[in-house]
Amino acid sequence: MPTPGRAEIFQKVRETLVDALSVEEDEVTEEAVLTTDLGAESIDFLDIVFRLEKAFNIKIPQEELIPRDILSNADYVENRKLNATGIQALKAAMPHADLSAFEKDPDIDKISDVFTVGTIVNFVQAKLAAQS
Amino acid sequence: MRWIWIDRFDEFVPGQRAVAVKNVSLAEEHLHDHFPGYPLMPASLLVEGMAQTAGILVGEVRQFSEKVILAKVKRATFHQIVRPGDQVRHEAVIEQISAAAAATTGRIWRGQELIGEVDLVFSHIDQNLSGLEFPEENFVFTAQFLELLKTYRRNPTESIRL
Repeated sequence: MPTPGRAEIFQKVRETLVDALSVEEDEVTEEAVLTTDLGAESIDFLDIVFRLEKAFNIKIPQEELIPRDILSNADYVENRKLNATGIQALKAAMPHADLSAFEKDPDIDKISDVFTVGTIVNFVQAKLAAQS
Repeated sequence: MRWIWIDRFDEFVPGQRAVAVKNVSLAEEHLHDHFPGYPLMPASLLVEGMAQTAGILVGEVRQFSEKVILAKVKRATFHQIVRPGDQVRHEAVIEQISAAAAATTGRIWRGQELIGEVDLVFSHIDQNLSGLEFPEENFVFTAQFLELLKTYRRNPTESIRL
């Protein structure tokens, strides 16, 4: 089966988020942040991961989506903020995310704000490419 | 009153599915308030019965070592009302399970009649919630709940590890 294109992946991600978060389709744009724009809570991420796994027939280990080992590593975190080494490690572990805004205030409690719809699409796209 | 909304397991296939029975009785205080003169089993308590059935099914996968809590009601649709004297069957199936969570689908029956559908997500809380710490003891799976599984002995050779 050919790997689906970005538009096709986006559409499926959009349907998944509409169902999981009870939001309107037009609210689910590439730039929309799952937490602040679409109202997702941490619990919703568990549901979304399961739904994406099913929709795309992929496996999503929790550490791949959010590398909590980096965020809880004492070498990388000072006063609940990631230091420069930590940010480099995070960038390497999260190629699917645009971390430019997070870098300005790398508060680890705000990590879920990096998850835009586009981030999820990137993640799925990379997963599917790795599988094919 | 004890917070147990299932009476007995009728089927228990570890890691896959479980069926629990609930007998609805006018001895339950809440039915006299919901509603006076017209007792109905509240749909929210049918959701709870399904959460207990599915929650025990999920907890058993790791021998009740995880604290499994109901994280999300993905869907709760009801087609019929349930009244005193009815016996309902909660049929729960594990759809997906990971280190962090589990998703289940469920159907509630009265005989052959479909009463409702309840799909749930459970969280293994020690693996989640940004490293928040919870008490060591498993406050989810208390002795009360585990007793329910001990009564399940359809086939004496079947064993549910407790």
